[in-house]
Amino acid sequence: MSATSEAVLLTVADSCLLLSHRLSEWMSNAPTMEEDIALGNIALDLLGQARGLLHVLGDEDELAYFRDPQEFRNALICELPNGDFAFTTLRLFLVSAWLESVWPALVTSSVASDVRGVAEKAVKENAYHLRHASSWVIRLGDGTEESHRRMADALDALWPYRGEIAAHDWYDRVEPVLATATLTVPDRQAWTQRSSGDGWHTEHLGCLLAEMQSLARAHPGAKW
Amino acid sequence: MPQPDGDRRDGWPLWEVFLRSRNGLHHQHVGSVHAVDVEMAIENARDVYTRRGEAISIWVVPSASIVASDPADKDELFEPALSKIYRHPTFYEVPDGVSNI
Amino acid sequence: MYSQALDERDDHGDASAPEQLEARFEARVAAEEKVEPNDWMPEAYRRTLIRQISQHAHSEIIGMQPEGNWITRAPSLRRKAILLAKVQDEAGHGLYLYAAAETLGISRDELVDQLLDGRAKYSSIFNYPTLTWADIGAIGWLVDGAAIMNQIPLCRCSYGPYARAMVRICKEESFHQRQGFEIMTTLSRGTAGQRAMAQDALNRWWWPSLMMFGPHDSESVHSDTSMRWKIKRFSNDELRQKFVDVTVPQADFLGLSVPDPDLRFDGSTSHYVFGEPDWDEFRAVLRGEGPCNTQRIAHRRKSHDEGEWVRAAAAAHAAKTKARHAAA
Repeated sequence: MSATSEAVLLTVADSCLLLSHRLSEWMSNAPTMEEDIALGNIALDLLGQARGLLHVLGDEDELAYFRDPQEFRNALICELPNGDFAFTTLRLFLVSAWLESVWPALVTSSVASDVRGVAEKAVKENAYHLRHASSWVIRLGDGTEESHRRMADALDALWPYRGEIAAHDWYDRVEPVLATATLTVPDRQAWTQRSSGDGWHTEHLGCLLAEMQSLARAHPGAKW
Repeated sequence: MPQPDGDRRDGWPLWEVFLRSRNGLHHQHVGSVHAVDVEMAIENARDVYTRRGEAISIWVVPSASIVASDPADKDELFEPALSKIYRHPTFYEVPDGVSNI
Repeated sequence: MYSQALDERDDHGDASAPEQLEARFEARVAAEEKVEPNDWMPEAYRRTLIRQISQHAHSEIIGMQPEGNWITRAPSLRRKAILLAKVQDEAGHGLYLYAAAETLGISRDELVDQLLDGRAKYSSIFNYPTLTWADIGAIGWLVDGAAIMNQIPLCRCSYGPYARAMVRICKEESFHQRQGFEIMTTLSRGTAGQRAMAQDALNRWWWPSLMMFGPHDSESVHSDTSMRWKIKRFSNDELRQKFVDVTVPQADFLGLSVPDPDLRFDGSTSHYVFGEPDWDEFRAVLRGEGPCNTQRIAHRRKSHDEGEWVRAAAAAHAAKTKARHAAA
């Protein structure tokens, strides 16, 4: 596998791994019990996708638990804390809209059949995630005054993190949903956050990994 | 105009869920979900009742829309009557201005 | 065993009910026929069922907390996936049970209110904290093991929707117990630190697990009606004895010792003799004075309150959409 495609796989794997982790933080905390299950389902799907790709790149647990923050290559948007439910669903929507292009590309471009297998399954799963998240963006954007305000705030906070995930078709996918949600569609040319290409991350990743990796690192070499 | 006050009776009605597990079989009743609209009802039904891939087809129906007749139960004591499928507090309209019901 | 409060006296006999209906009801139940939502049933039957089913549902939902506590720290991706799936299953089980309870004429809102304001109970076991990863193994092995013992007979309970929910739950539950035992096995064969972790978890979860079966039969307000109505199928002590008999050999297999100095196998009865649980502790936990009671309810209340604006928004959006379609 070329270095470039390994890099692409690592970005996708790390993005799914961290987004899954963030969603799992909603377990027993979601606004409804049904949504608890829905977010759990999505977290499980994403974890499966991450594992599928990490497995191709090396030992999944070595990679997940024993790399330091600067070795992660996720899209930064995935490591941000959950915020409120508006932030969570909007972030899920924006990331799923990105993965909607990524997975099919991996299906067609992959030489490795395991990667193709992961990507084929992920295409179907991601379609559901995208639909689920879009529905919430619309419900909350066009719900009550409070939900609209929270969704607008979430959009302000998240839009700058689109740098690593936005491309032409991403905007075409995202903007109509934002409009239906009665949100002001932001400028495509607005500023973007720095990307994680060279190991740059937000302050949040260190805290996330400190928690996630703590037990595994406390017993190095142990089997679980 | 119904009040959007959280999952009160007029915001999040009950839907009955039916699954068909394989082609050739009937849909079977498996339980209920709360949802605001039909799209959410289908998604919730999928998430709650098909986590192990139990269904290729899901039907959801507003519970209050289903009409029941249970003739076996009544025989000589009562007329078989059309009714709701069960006595849920939200299936019956309470007039405005009546409280504590 | 998620229904420890079952043994409360229920004095509200329905004196006005036609004797015919009552007699026919009793006969049907005795003949192992199922009672369905629209069938006539004694008020006491309906109330007992609502209490038992909802207590079971609340237990599943509250149970997500002690286990969910370790999702973000699960030490391998495989364990993380399994734990996530298990906690999700519990949410699902809670929902199946709320759905069954709603067929008896109570709403989910009312049931949730009862839990949040302390009127409803849930299994005492979930008022204990999960202090290490090994607790996750212990819960799967012991707590789910105990739950299965109670749940399998409930698949034959007289109330149709409850029995059917239990069948669904039982199918999913065996995965839970196996996973818990697998964790314990891995730990007990692991490093010294892991073995110590496993023994410590057993030390802390053994007695609370025995208490899950409720007080001694002699102390329970008699549950004759529940037995007659086939809502309760075995007595507390019967189930507790069975649990000990099945589980001690499993602890032996793991090379762990059960923290009971009185535990011994009685060859003449082929049963284990075991010590007395601390019933003062049990009563304290039921009174709300356990390690995590306040925390569990506060957590549930917080999620519920913080979700209010979301639920309101969803309802508002649905109403707007409906109005638009009507106007179109």
